[in-house]
Parts: sequence; C-alpha cells; structure tokens
Amino acid sequence: MSLKLLKQGLNGSKSLTPMWREQPIKDRYDVVIIGGGVHGLATAYYLAKNHGITDVAILEKRYIGRGGSGRNTTIVRSNYLTPEGILFYDESLKLYEDLSQDFDFNIMFSQRGHLTLAHTDASLRTMRWRAEVNQLQGVDSRVISPDEIKELVPFMDLSDHPRFPVMGALYHPPGGVVRHDAVVWGYAHGADKRGVHIHQLTEVTGIDVEQNKVVAVQTNRGRIKTGTVVNATAGWCTLIADMAGVKLPVETRPLQAAVSEPLKPFLDTVIVSGTLHFYLSQSDRGEIVTGASVDPYTSYSMDATLGFAEGLAGHILELFPSLGKVRLMRQWAGLCDMTPDYSPIMGFTPVEGFLVDVGWGTYGFKTGPVSGKRMAELIATNRTPDLIAPFKYDRFFEGRLVGEKGAASVGR
Amino acid sequence: MILIDCPNCGERNVAEFRFGGEYNPRPQNPDDPASDAAWVDYLYLKENKLGVQKEWWYHRAGCGLWFLAERHTKSHAVEKTYFWEAAK
Repeated sequence: MSLKLLKQGLNGSKSLTPMWREQPIKDRYDVVIIGGGVHGLATAYYLAKNHGITDVAILEKRYIGRGGSGRNTTIVRSNYLTPEGILFYDESLKLYEDLSQDFDFNIMFSQRGHLTLAHTDASLRTMRWRAEVNQLQGVDSRVISPDEIKELVPFMDLSDHPRFPVMGALYHPPGGVVRHDAVVWGYAHGADKRGVHIHQLTEVTGIDVEQNKVVAVQTNRGRIKTGTVVNATAGWCTLIADMAGVKLPVETRPLQAAVSEPLKPFLDTVIVSGTLHFYLSQSDRGEIVTGASVDPYTSYSMDATLGFAEGLAGHILELFPSLGKVRLMRQWAGLCDMTPDYSPIMGFTPVEGFLVDVGWGTYGFKTGPVSGKRMAELIATNRTPDLIAPFKYDRFFEGRLVGEKGAASVGR
Repeated sequence: MILIDCPNCGERNVAEFRFGGEYNPRPQNPDDPASDAAWVDYLYLKENKLGVQKEWWYHRAGCGLWFLAERHTKSHAVEKTYFWEAAK
C-alpha cells in the first residue's frame, strides 16, 4: 500500500481511478433509494452483493456522505438497553469488524473501548442493569470502578473535586471509532462496482402514487419510473414522506459537534457522560472529537451556536481540567430525526412500494451496515426480517413502542 | 441567539424557555374507540414542518406560563407569540 502511495505521489496521482462513476440517469429502475448516506449506500451495496439486485439508483440531493454520515462523531457500540436494540446494534458492530476485508479498503475501525460514566447512584444502577442485559445477549459489557477507570484514562479527574464526581462506568471493550468518510466511500465503491447508479446533485421533488402504490419519483433531472422507493434520508425524512402522503412520528433536531486542535495522543478510549452531556474521543490526527445533546428545540438549521460551545467546554473541563488551554477548531451541526421511543422506523408503510429507513436520531452511523443489510433483505424477499420487525412503522398504531433508553444524546 | 417575546414578560433569551413541541389539538372524544387513529396522530405523529410552525413554549425562568409561538424552523425567526386563549 505505502509503495503504491509513493508511486502515485511521484507521478502526480495520474493512475488513480475514481471510487465510483457518474452514470447517465435512466428513466426507470427496479429500486430507487433516496439519500446517499451510509444507510442508502449500504442498502444498495447489500441489494447487489447479497441478492443480485443491481438495477438500483441512489438519488442524492447534494453529494454522498454530506449529511449525517459526514457529521457524526464516528462512535460505534452495541451496549444498548432493550434486548431488541442490543441484537440489532450488535449485528452492526460485527459487520463493522469485517467491513475493511469486505471492501478491501481500510475503514480504520479502532475498537478502543467505550466508557459510559456514572455520576450518581441512579445512573450506576442503570449501568448495572444495562451490563446485565448486555451480557445476556452476549455483548462484552461490564461496570467498572473508578480505580479501573484510572488505569484506562489517567488524564481524567476522578477525585471528588468535580461537581458530579465519577462513581463508576459501564465499560464496553468492543466499542470504538471508525473513519466515517471511508465507510461512505467503501459502500459507494462496492455498490458502483456491482452496477448500482449513484446520482449526485439529484433532488427528489415529488413521488407519484397511484391507487396507493408508488409508480415513479419526480426529480430535478426528470421523472424516474419505479415500483420501490426507499426513503433513506435523515433530517429531511418528513418532507420526503410527505410526498408519498405518509405522516411520520418524527421531530427534527440539530445535534452539534466540535473538534479541537490536534494534540499528542493521550486518550485511547471513548468517554461518554450522560449526566454532563458530552462524549469525546481522540482522532488519529490527535483532535478531540466531541459532541453533546440534541438542541432543545426542533429545527432544520445546521448552524453552530455559541451557547452550545460554552456549555460543552464547561462540562468537559469538569473532568479534563488539563484541556483548559486547548482551542476548538471547528463546530458544526447535523440533523437528527427523533422518534418518541428513540428507535428507528424501518420497512413497509401504508403506501405500497414506499419503504422507510428513517428516524435515526443520534444512532444512524453505528447502524449503517445492519440497516443496509436488513433493508436489502426486506426488499429482496418482500417480508420484514425478524431482527428489524420491532422497528416497523405500524408499532405506533399498535402501541408497541420500543423505549430505547440506552440511546445517546437524547438529554434525558 | 433566538429571542422569544413572552406575551407576559417581553423579549428574552431562548435559554429561559422550554420548548413544548408543535401545537396539535387534543381529540375531544377520549372514550370513542373510533378516535384511536386520532389519538395516535395526537400522541406520536408530527407535521415536523420546514417553515413557520405553531408551537408551545414555557417560560420556566420567568413567569412560568405556557404560550404559543409561530417560529420559522430554519431561520428561527419568531413571528408571533400569544396565549392559547387568544388563539381561539
């Protein structure tokens, strides 16, 4: 690899080939996927790879990976709270483990361990509960004491000086971080190679439904006939669903994140505090990547706010006072589609041929692989796989909400 | 920074308020089984508008009153605020 890189560097990168191609747009496809993020691309990838369905178009309003897939803080884990959630997230983690091999492209998955801090008796109790449920499902997860935390994170203030001293943590060794852009590119490359068309700068402006059945989508590049449309958008999922006449239980809220200037390596785990509302990790380039809770009101704006940066910095300094002089380099926001039970909405809707893979709140990136794989299975077999059956749209009409309280950044 | 004009206290920083979700009138017939769909709609489904949205706010660090606001969900411009009684 490095020799190849050196050669490319010396010849002006002339022999590099693009990872995916611009294809002419056709006027009909078997499957049209709206949204060129991890979820949409993974669905197309597994449709082609596992089921041989290659007459697939991905329609992306801007360019691939520009939404949540490029704005998340790259954390992957499976130590959730509900049994259905844990099974689902764990399959995703396992897929991530094999993804570099699968793509023949390094996604830089670093399983460095994930710590969720407990600052109160109540949260320590919840951690024990989560650890028990996790272990029953075969997920490596346990509660550790401040002494053990000290070994893993010597830089953190574990004394009784902070306003909310650390009392313990839920430790999840297989959790970690992935290079998110590489995941997008890997899926795009694999899908393109198998014949999927990726259309960037192609905005869906309408969905034609006849007799409660999808027949076509309207775009800024013309009408595309199809019988199957997958709404794999985040942030705008309500607006796309409106076009098909499906009302979703979704509220859109921005989630902000930030990175600091690069520092020498000092932190090799992911740290999360629900009480102090922050999570942070150190990237391969040395930056501290950090985020907090979703904004306290609904919005489609991706502007960063000063109030958020101040709050976040204050909370981080409680536990990492040595970072006091470190500067923030960038701050941004992504849109999160929050559902009432902190779980996604996947599969069939009342409109035939209109499928959803939406409501990904703050957990969309870590579930890209499993969602793609299972949505592809659903499309190919025309039935809902057991693993994603708890997340069906109809649960809101049947009173079967999931209640995933292990979700991040929901500001409980 | 968003400024919200509390109908009781006047213009204040958004940090003083709690957001209460989009305005959605409660179904009037709780005992009628035919109203189940209306209740699902009321409890879970959202318009989630991109544009001016009618929504609830609570002035928690001020007068402690709930009121309605019409706010643009992208520009955050608050066009109008009023008490519920005035909305009828």
